Amino acid sequence: MKDITARALNVAQVRGAAYADIRVVARDTQRVAVKNGKVEAIQQDETQGFGVRVIVNGAWGFAASSRLEMREVETVVAQAIAIAKASAHVKARDAHLGEPVVNKESYETPVKINPFTVPMNDKIDLLLRADEAMRRVSGVKVARAEMAFVRENKLFASTEGSLINQEIVESGCGIVALATDLQTGEVQVRSYPNSVGRHQQTRGYEFILEQKLAENAPRVAEEAVALLTAEQCPSYDAATIILDSSQLALQIHESCGHPIELDRVLGSEAAYAGTSFLTPEKLGRFRYGSEVVNIVADATVPGGLGTFGFDDEGVPAQKTEIIRNGIFVGYLTSRESAHQLGLGKSNGTMRADGWARPPIIRMTNINLLPGTWDVDALIADTDDGIWMETNRSWSIDDKRLNFQFGTELGWEIKGGKKTRLLKNATYTGITPQFWQACDAVCNEKAWIVWGTPNCGKGQPSQVAHTGHGAAPARFRGVRVGVIR
Amino acid sequence: MLGENKIREITDQVLAFSKADQTEVIVRVTESALTRFANSYIHQNVAENDTEVRVRVVYGKKIGVASSNDLSPEGLKRTVGTARAIAQLQREDPEFQSLPAPQTAPRVEAFVDQTASCTPEQRAHVVGVLCKKAKAQNVVAAGAFSTTATEIAVANSLGVFAYHPGTCADISTVMTKVTSVMTETGSGYASFTHQDARQVNAEAIANEAIDKAMRASHPVAFEPGEYTVFLEEYAVLDLLNFFGMLGFTAQAMQEDRSFLKNKIGEKVMDERVTIWDDGCAPHAIPLPFDFEGVPKQKVTFIENGIARGVVYDTPTAQREGKPSTGHSLPAPNSMGPFPMHVFMAPGDTPKSEMLKSIERGIWVTRFWYTRPVHPMKVLVTGMTRDGTFLIENGQVTQPLKNFRFTMSYLAALNQLRAISRETKLFYSDWGGASRVAPALVVDGFRFTGTTQ
Repeated sequence: MKDITARALNVAQVRGAAYADIRVVARDTQRVAVKNGKVEAIQQDETQGFGVRVIVNGAWGFAASSRLEMREVETVVAQAIAIAKASAHVKARDAHLGEPVVNKESYETPVKINPFTVPMNDKIDLLLRADEAMRRVSGVKVARAEMAFVRENKLFASTEGSLINQEIVESGCGIVALATDLQTGEVQVRSYPNSVGRHQQTRGYEFILEQKLAENAPRVAEEAVALLTAEQCPSYDAATIILDSSQLALQIHESCGHPIELDRVLGSEAAYAGTSFLTPEKLGRFRYGSEVVNIVADATVPGGLGTFGFDDEGVPAQKTEIIRNGIFVGYLTSRESAHQLGLGKSNGTMRADGWARPPIIRMTNINLLPGTWDVDALIADTDDGIWMETNRSWSIDDKRLNFQFGTELGWEIKGGKKTRLLKNATYTGITPQFWQACDAVCNEKAWIVWGTPNCGKGQPSQVAHTGHGAAPARFRGVRVGVIR
Repeated sequence: MLGENKIREITDQVLAFSKADQTEVIVRVTESALTRFANSYIHQNVAENDTEVRVRVVYGKKIGVASSNDLSPEGLKRTVGTARAIAQLQREDPEFQSLPAPQTAPRVEAFVDQTASCTPEQRAHVVGVLCKKAKAQNVVAAGAFSTTATEIAVANSLGVFAYHPGTCADISTVMTKVTSVMTETGSGYASFTHQDARQVNAEAIANEAIDKAMRASHPVAFEPGEYTVFLEEYAVLDLLNFFGMLGFTAQAMQEDRSFLKNKIGEKVMDERVTIWDDGCAPHAIPLPFDFEGVPKQKVTFIENGIARGVVYDTPTAQREGKPSTGHSLPAPNSMGPFPMHVFMAPGDTPKSEMLKSIERGIWVTRFWYTRPVHPMKVLVTGMTRDGTFLIENGQVTQPLKNFRFTMSYLAALNQLRAISRETKLFYSDWGGASRVAPALVVDGFRFTGTTQ
């Protein structure tokens, strides 16, 4: 492939590009899904191609093709350059990337068991065992279980001299039980380890085995059925809630991860994903959360779904502070946006969805650092509250301020004990007020790096795989319950 | 583009390589380009050329699926081999009967050469008009203009061969009014979709969004509660999306999670509501067959408020002993059938008259980040965006800060006051689907919060 990258960069320079890079990407995905005792899907997809990014006349152009042939490379480079020249007709300023970045290295996800070599029968058997265990529980209408694996090989080269090889491997799995009651019109679901299909990490098949899907299946099914007759979560103007770590991970994703994306802040996503309330004058002085809220962007944490060696501009993976003792101190940046805002070097968060999309600023692993509480001690310390677990619905405004989340399961807490199962629990709030009302974060014993394999952003749309480390945390004075 | 003959060569090669009892091949060619702008200049400008070949092989009742974009003979052979290897490891699917037999799908003209050949310069010219008009009015332009040409073909070893080329030009913009210190004060939205890129009227799109941005400037907070709402077509699009996803499919019915379960033949919405799916409608973004090569039938979901039916693919249809309505997604498909071309019938009231009928209410341009909270109630939460206004005595009087709503869309179509005579075509990012929606006036729409 190096002959292709060299040719692309050479043609780009000859045709007048001030900067060019090329990514050659081959991605294999495998998905196995069972439903109600039947193998619903076994699917293996491969896609390969290359994308060329150029700056010509101070403006960006990008073109991509699936045909990895020398003549096609020349055609695509010419197309990217023509696009950049068209962009230059409607530009505000020249694109600047700051200091050159040159890296010649490679990176591979550490994997103990290669998921692509595990026999398919082992995967099917494991999923069917979990499926059967769920269906043994009376009242379960639909049982599903799935696994997904990704292997992405990418070669990055730039006219600045970078040449980087990476292989990223991901493994994910999940089970879901759905229970319905046509008399009451009630539909309830329980998922494990996480909702929206699965939990995923940059690890091998050992991750799948650790999740113990079959062992957790009966509990998941029983909870789905119990929720059909559970009490409706009451409405409160100001309640104490404890979020389990998976729900908190999505709360971090939506209300911290997205508003710290500097491209949103600078308006690049204004028409689609939206902008951000964390405007530049707030950097270093805005109280985002309480003293116990400490958040980092860490592309180096083992197993995180946003863990890699280098981003798609060739910048090394980094760990940077975002919220320090509640104060907003950092953005996610690209080379161009960091330079534009005078922040120095990029912190390495430019990520592209495959070969056909240009890199844009994406979350890596946005982690709420562990606090000091044991989970049991935190519940015991809560006189009157609600435990909310596993996301069921999520929505947030285009500046990432007003949010509403629903969870699959709620537990009323009275006198320091979980007392009553609650269904259809929801909570809503305004981002900084909510995080300022956080008075306790659990410790590393309950801290998990959750994977979000479905983060959408950009036009044309791109799906990113991001990670979020979190332990359960308590929030005071939260508005709860708006369903009726 | 590859053209029908070249695609037929590919499908013939795949079918010849496969020794399975039955084989299906889907070829999807995509040539797309998108010019994106923000802060009134082009900041991302991309083009993509891809062809996916998806192979489904059937051995007895064992099925395997694999896909690749390697079109070389070796690549096609490898994909067939991968699908075969998967099938051999599969468990038998006791419900599987057969891939569909050949049926003739109508040919629907939907390919416009000028869209397929639209150049970066032409897209930049359109975007340039929007940005120039924005600067003249001291607003900031953002948005995207895409032109896409696709070819979709489905063939199987039983003799099915269906081929459809199509184009789509889609432009949308958010215009934002800002102060001298770059604080946003209000925004407006406009979009336009057509098979023919030459129909894009940059001036009109810019004017609609800029006018709204100017009027939306300096919004005030307003008490949440239940109000009569004027929902523009942009907002009604969201209702059609959720009805399609949550209720209008045989799989949702069979899993007891559709709001139409046990309601076929019953009145479920206002008697003025009629909603259907029609993949062959020539003025939309048609696709006259599904991903099994079955011709798309026109399926009426709601007729004068009465529930009439849902869409089927082959597995869900066979389960009920019915024919497929031609609404399959590509195999392997966990989602079940999906309505890709949903239309809501217009009413007989002009939008201007609808506004006059509202004494006190809220004008909603569009919804944002909507998610289902309770599927059987079609209870959805989300935000308003890009132009929310107070209506008093039949007139828009002042801009409002955005609301959060938590509302049953099913209830909304039972609390209808009016349906507009005008409709609008949308190209949805929900799997390339298209929608046609009117504007609505709905009573008792429930806003549950506001943003800052």
